[in-house]
Amino acid sequence: MKSAVLVFPGINRERDMARALRLASGHEPAMVWHAETLLPKGTDLVVVPGGFSYGDYLRCGAIAARAPVMDAVRAFAGSGGLVLGVCNGFQILCEAGLLPGVLMRNARLKFICHDVHLRVERSDTPFTRGYNAGQIIRVPVAHGEGNYEADEETLKRLEGEGRVLYRYCSADGVVDENSNINGAAQSIAGIVNAGGNVLGMMPHPENHVEDIMGCTDGRGLFAGLVAHLERAA
Amino acid sequence: MSPFEARASPAHLRVTFRVLGWKMKARVTVTLKSGILDPQGKAIEGALKSLGVDGVASVRQGKVFDIEISGSDKARAEAALKDAADKLLANTVIENYRVEVLS
Repeated sequence: MKSAVLVFPGINRERDMARALRLASGHEPAMVWHAETLLPKGTDLVVVPGGFSYGDYLRCGAIAARAPVMDAVRAFAGSGGLVLGVCNGFQILCEAGLLPGVLMRNARLKFICHDVHLRVERSDTPFTRGYNAGQIIRVPVAHGEGNYEADEETLKRLEGEGRVLYRYCSADGVVDENSNINGAAQSIAGIVNAGGNVLGMMPHPENHVEDIMGCTDGRGLFAGLVAHLERAA
Repeated sequence: MSPFEARASPAHLRVTFRVLGWKMKARVTVTLKSGILDPQGKAIEGALKSLGVDGVASVRQGKVFDIEISGSDKARAEAALKDAADKLLANTVIENYRVEVLS
């Protein structure tokens, strides 16, 4: 798996992401500066990592979404290439129009930084094939604007087309108001685009991939991507 | 005289000002669409009520951008500001905007 990690000023999770990708695939990812206009040849996966691109000025992800490299990402996604956006990366993908909806201020206005549980809604996608449908995983979140909102029609379409891949839940898998940490519509933690090749999610699977981190539940996402690409090759 | 000094000479600046100096003041106001939950506005509303400010029924917060536009063509300035709002200043999924050329 040849992956490319985008680097914007203010991003701070790119090295965690690169480490997780290296562990899962055995290949060093390319770090791609935002001013580039091309992705490295043979890229299988583009990752937009977390952080605070441009200091979250204007709106989270708004300025990064207009960076030169994003045109290349748009073309890559348009031709079916896999794109993963985590946290600020999710916000950037929404602002870039690659995913529908928007990430608003957390409903209780607090920056949330702790482990959460997610229910994996289906296992037949490149981004979830490392898990079983209905599996509960534990991964950290760290965000102030993760409250996913979209108009009713968009939400209906996301649900109807099975495009919600990850949902906030309790440790035993209950999806309700208490486990919905940021007030997101339908407890949405991660969605894919209509083509199923672009995933945005608020939680950080890259931070639960090694024993020393206390949990390895995030591995499945990366292992699944590697398995998907190997089968496709 | 270095090229920099030559460029920064007062005579040169005077000429530049005469050619390019005309600027219009403009304002773009971005507000949340109605029906979009505004937790920040709600928090401000709560604070105003707890301060005892009289008669506050509700608060919605937004953004104001004061922009200078060079030139003097008002219609062109309005078109440029609309372009700016659509491309960057507003997220039209959740926000409305208003463009005003003030002078």
